[in-house]
Parts: sequence; structure tokens; C-alpha cells
Amino acid sequence: MIKLLRLLFVFTGFILVSTSALLGTAVADTPFPTVHLPADESLKCIQPADEMRRNHMNYIMHQRDITVHDGIRTEPDSLSGCIDCHVEPRVESSGKEGEIASFKSNEHFCTSCHQYAAVQIDCFQCHADRPQKYIKRSYHTSSLKNQLQQAMTATAEVEQ
Amino acid sequence: MKDSNYSKVNNSRRAFLSKTAIASSSAVTIAIAPGVLLSEVHAQTAHASQGASISTKADDEAVSSKNRWGMLIDTAKCASGCTGCVDACNEEHGLVGNNRPETDTQYIRKVHLKNKTTGHELSLPLMCQHCETAPCVDVCPTGASFTRKDGIVLVDKHICIGCRYCMMACPYKARSLVHEKVTNQTLSSPRGKGTVESCTMCVTRVDKGGIPACVEACTAENHNAMIFGDLNDPDSAISIELKNRGGKQLRPDLALNTGVRYQGL
Repeated sequence: MIKLLRLLFVFTGFILVSTSALLGTAVADTPFPTVHLPADESLKCIQPADEMRRNHMNYIMHQRDITVHDGIRTEPDSLSGCIDCHVEPRVESSGKEGEIASFKSNEHFCTSCHQYAAVQIDCFQCHADRPQKYIKRSYHTSSLKNQLQQAMTATAEVEQ
Repeated sequence: MKDSNYSKVNNSRRAFLSKTAIASSSAVTIAIAPGVLLSEVHAQTAHASQGASISTKADDEAVSSKNRWGMLIDTAKCASGCTGCVDACNEEHGLVGNNRPETDTQYIRKVHLKNKTTGHELSLPLMCQHCETAPCVDVCPTGASFTRKDGIVLVDKHICIGCRYCMMACPYKARSLVHEKVTNQTLSSPRGKGTVESCTMCVTRVDKGGIPACVEACTAENHNAMIFGDLNDPDSAISIELKNRGGKQLRPDLALNTGVRYQGL
């Protein structure tokens, strides 16, 4: 009886080991994300790639608190600093500048890795996901002006 | 990086603890009730900052109570049809409305007042008044709403949970909640759904020695109704003007010591 149990135990162990080995190969087969390097090769990151890969969140977090609360805006480790170099428009086959991938897309510098590592990224709920120079804004200031004028006439009428 | 961060935190904590220990054992002023302690400390800093130099801080220097930034608005010069300040503010902070005036963010409102008895009308920009003892800071459950050492009241949106207590507490209706997803924000104003926001007195500009966008626009329109400056510096334009012609707080009965003052109310 004991012999039988021992056999069963060994067998289960064998199965467990073989499955994990299979899983291991599956992980190894997942393609490593392609990280976008700036087209301008003269640009250098503030830290070596290995350091940034592991610790970028600490740099950004540190910067965020001293910026918001102490008003120190000189530190190079800012999120916008990352974005300015690493987010660029796609280069079309014609050589023209294409669109910029949004942070929701796998092509975005940050998302490519974060999706691979399955870490949710919250920065872009509030921060722009692309450099300011690529953002075109249109303001409906005239319509705001009209709204204001209307509101003011309305108030004036009520008062009269 | 990780390690150095931890050691930094430990050091400051240690320094704080040791200071507190020394203070509570030796200094007479500190060894009183908590409420009194606060006003004592405040009185000292206010006194010390009188006569401090105006010069804006170095870029890598933290803000301090040497400065108290404020604004003075002359309602007699503010033109009733003009929305220059509001437009400049919207552009600076990327405030694009969704055509829903009930919920669209407004940092500045142009308010039109009419005295029914005399018929006298005036127009003024109304924004966050940057109170010294701000009700929004008092009620914030997470510490997201805070007064910077130089008197500017801000929301740390990293901590804000969007509960909107501050919006209810503000007597000036100065705050808005972001109701919809935002993309392509400006550098001066990162903003996102579910956080509260209000006039920041253009901190990013002020930190670099600039003036707020609304004041700049008002001057560009040649109305010159707004002055921005350091209330702690007796030689600044704003302090001189306040000394000569005075300036009122809105709702002075609340004793909030606002950073924004009005003339001709």
C-alpha cells in the first residue's frame, strides 16, 4: 500500500515538473517588445537602458512630488522628458511623417512594454501621451464668448 | 535609485522626529495647545517674510513662504464685454469645453453685477481666490487639495479621488470636476477625468518667474485691470497699489485672507 502511494506521489511530481517546463518554453516564445529608440541617434537617455528599464518609475515618482509641491521644475527625470524623445510619429513608406500611436496602442513606447509586463499604466489619464509639438488645439473661444454674451443679456433682462 | 530613495525618506523622517523632540522639550512657544501652536508658527513666518527680497526663486529651489503670490483686480478697468482673461486661461490650460456649460471646466468666470438701487454695473473675473486658510484644503480627505508655501492653492491630482467635498466647501464656486476623458493636455495643466481642478495661478509660469496668462492677456488688451505680484514684498507693484488705494476680499466675513483682491466693489 505504502509502495503504491509512493509511486503515485512520484508520478504526480513528474507531471507537475513536465507541465511547468512546457509553460517555461511558452514564456520564452513570447516576443520581446520592440522599444522605440529616438530617430535622432545623438540623443542620450539620462541613465543606461538597464537602469531605466528597472527603475524609471522611481525617477518619475520622485520628480512628480517635488514638482507639484515644491515647484522645482528643473529635474531632467520628468515624464514629459521621456515622451519628448521616445514618442515620434510613424514613418510612412513614402518617408512622410505619419500619425502618432496613442497610448492605447501597442506601438506606443510606454504601452509596448507595459502590455508585455502586464502592468497598468495610469500616467496618461491626465498627462499627454505625445510631445507638445505634435498637438494641435482648436479653441472655441468665440463660442464661449457668445455663450457669455447670451448669459449676460439674460441676466440683464431678468434684472430689468 | 530605489535604495537612495528609501534612505532619503528615512533621513527626513529622522530629522523631523528629532526636531519635534527638541522643540517639544525646550521651546516654550511650541509647548502649548495644537491650535495655538499653528497660529504662533504662522505669525512668526509672516513676520519673517516681511521685507524679504522679491527676487523669484532659483529654478532648483523649493518654493517658500518668503513669497505670497496674489492678484489685484480693478473692476473699474475691467471691460464688461471682454473675455480676454478667460480665453487666455482656456488656451494656457487646454480647457476645451464639450458644449455642456453645466459641467465644463471653468477656471475663470466673468461675473456681471448690477446694483438694483443705483443701477451701477460692473464686471469682474472670478477665479480661485487662493485663500490662506482655504476651506477646500480643510475638507479634503486625502490631502490632495493643498496650499503651496507661496500661497498658491492647488490640487495634487495624483492623490485626488474626485469626491468633490472641496467644490462644496469653496464659497467662490471656483472648482470644477473633470467629467469626461481628456487627451492632449498641455504641459502646464495635466488633467483627467475624475479629478477636481481650479485656477492654478499658472504655477508653471510663476515658477519660471513669469506672470499668469490672464494677467498677461488683460495687459495685452490694454485694460490693465489685473496686477500680479508678491503680497509679502512691500515694494512690489501690487503691494504699493494695495497700500495706496486698498483692495477688498470677496466675503471678508469668512476671514480667509484671500490672495486675490478687488478694487471698486
